[in-house]
Amino acid sequence: MTAILKIENLHARLTGGREIVKGVSLVVNPGEVHAIMGPNGAGKSTLSSVLVGKAGYEVTAGSVTYLGRDLLALGAAERARAGVFLAFQYPVEIPGVNNMYFLRAALNAARRGRGEPELDAAQCLKAVKAKLKLLDIGDDLLKRSVNVGFSGGEKKRNEIFQMAMLEPKLAILDETDSGLDIDALRAVSNGVNRLRDPNRAIVMITHYQRLLDYIEPDFVHVLSEGRIVASGDKTLAAELELSGYAAFGKAA
Amino acid sequence: MSLSVDTLDTVRAATGDGYKYGFVTDIEADEAPPGLNEDTVRFISAKKGEPAWLLEWRLKAFRRWQTMTAPDWSNLSIAPIDYQGSTYYSAPKPGAGPKSLDEVDPELLKTYEKLGIPLGERAALAGVAVDAVFDSVSVATTFKDTLAEKGIIFCSFGEAVREHPDLVKQYLGSVVPPGDNFFSALNSAVFSDGSFAYIPPGVRCPMELSTYFRINAAKSGQFERTLLIADKGAYVSYLEGCTAPQRDEHQLHAAVVELVALEDAEIKYSTVQNWYPGDAEGRGGIYNFVTKRGACRGDRAKIAWTQVETGSAITWKYPSCLLEGDGSVGEFYSVAITNNRQQADTGTKMIHLGRNTRSTVVSKGISAGRGQNTYRGLIKVMPKADGARNYTQCDSLLIGKTCGAHTVPYIDVRTPSARIEHEATTSKISDDQLLYCQQRGLTQEEAVSLIVNGFCKEVLKELPMEFAVEAQKLLAVSLEGSVG
Repeated sequence: MTAILKIENLHARLTGGREIVKGVSLVVNPGEVHAIMGPNGAGKSTLSSVLVGKAGYEVTAGSVTYLGRDLLALGAAERARAGVFLAFQYPVEIPGVNNMYFLRAALNAARRGRGEPELDAAQCLKAVKAKLKLLDIGDDLLKRSVNVGFSGGEKKRNEIFQMAMLEPKLAILDETDSGLDIDALRAVSNGVNRLRDPNRAIVMITHYQRLLDYIEPDFVHVLSEGRIVASGDKTLAAELELSGYAAFGKAA
Repeated sequence: MSLSVDTLDTVRAATGDGYKYGFVTDIEADEAPPGLNEDTVRFISAKKGEPAWLLEWRLKAFRRWQTMTAPDWSNLSIAPIDYQGSTYYSAPKPGAGPKSLDEVDPELLKTYEKLGIPLGERAALAGVAVDAVFDSVSVATTFKDTLAEKGIIFCSFGEAVREHPDLVKQYLGSVVPPGDNFFSALNSAVFSDGSFAYIPPGVRCPMELSTYFRINAAKSGQFERTLLIADKGAYVSYLEGCTAPQRDEHQLHAAVVELVALEDAEIKYSTVQNWYPGDAEGRGGIYNFVTKRGACRGDRAKIAWTQVETGSAITWKYPSCLLEGDGSVGEFYSVAITNNRQQADTGTKMIHLGRNTRSTVVSKGISAGRGQNTYRGLIKVMPKADGARNYTQCDSLLIGKTCGAHTVPYIDVRTPSARIEHEATTSKISDDQLLYCQQRGLTQEEAVSLIVNGFCKEVLKELPMEFAVEAQKLLAVSLEGSVG
């Protein structure tokens, strides 16, 4: 079985800055859900930024392999088209761009990448309707501009909705629980759980254990000062909750 | 035919000696002698077989122009223009252009292709001599018949002078007097051709009138003149310009557009301007100095300008409305893009004269590369314009770190019951927006195009459907390479 994601001894930093990720290694197989937990400044955001190819970061050592390919050699858009999806912590607003239109542009970008014919508006709407039902989302979000005037919960739900539409092989959820009340958290988590799939891997990056009550991970990793200092099953998260990150930081 | 012969005789009689040197031997030539003097004006007028009154009108404008200086108040840096070095009349020379598409600059063809322009039309745009099979020609003929049934006149300006002299005489210069400004005076003296339309009372023009269907005539040039009259209760939507970039060797383009809307009439005037913008270093490109103005002459008349300005090295243009009739309405929707070394100083003037007049201004300026983009607008409410209202929204979008956006709104209100609102924003395409789009699979250029189109949405939705689609593509092409 080919791993979906294989990170080996990854070192990364903001271009010209000091090293933030200091030797992370991680293997994620199809069907698995991994949680990466850690305190502020542990390197969680840098890790996700490097994985999606955000400008302004540089990898100083190590490698990232995605389905057998060198992920770092691909541009941000190519990675997305190849099936890497990031649910953003802070989804940006794009005024004047209809959410539905945006979604179709994204879907068609991926389809072009695979050499498939593009979807027209009607076909796209049909596909959307099916997923809306799956995720229990109203269609009012579709008519509004991308994330403009969305509540925190709506933004996150919209991210998961996009994930459902784009059907990625690897989904990275960056602090998806931040800024959500319990009801919204439950709704978003239900969405993610419905998207668990034997062919898909999910990497959740989170600060708090509470998300893991709703989306049960197969593996939990503790990231501290740029390194994974502990890995285990979901019981590790509970342990972490009791003892705090500080105890793990030193364990390495 | 006899008319033009008569006219020539009249001109000969009227112009005396100057005529001898000026153009008697050149009359069959395709170009006026270089330089600009009264003989040049006479040459043009004679070449077009114009009546004496029009020649007189031109000469008056020319004399006025001689006393004027080019405006220097705009936020534009313009190299001095040698008015004497230009040629002011140049008829299309049959057979002089490229013989086939193979002879046309491949870069130009690539752009046409990106815009999705059908092959036959690409040829026409590139100046290839196209035979009569060319679609637009037959389309234009069909159009003419349909329009004639409704009593609508739509023809070249020259034809209007010949066939409908009374209408031309009545309205020409009534909105933009020749002496209005330096460039309108120049245009009035030397205009080569243009478009004329008249919509009779109560008639709703059944199709968009467009210069697109008169590509060949559009080639006529630097100094076009457009006159559009919507009689009482008439409606017309007019599309100006081609959505394809016309590489024109002419440096100076000084057009005048006059609109007249009588009682309850409505004119919608849409422009997509994509003249050659010059290269990345600012070499070449059109200087676009255009005077556009519409008069709402009757009560409840309405004039709406929509413009998408992506081309030209320099754009100096303020489509305006004179709101004379009570309850008349003026609207201005604009997208202006400056990339590389392009400069634009554009906006509108809304002059409220009648009671309860309303105006709306929505301006979207996009600057990229080293482009400089200025919105300049005047909202003027005269003492009798009780209850006048204006809403202005003025947004600037910056791409990159070397461009500039400027906003210069003038507000002059002379009646206490007026209500004026002005909103302005300046924003940048953020790295986060780009990443967000790229993370969803869009390339950087697709992302920029998407964000810019969203930014311009309020303006683009004012364009007729098929024009809006082409304008969207054009925005993308204009901004190619603007990021990264």
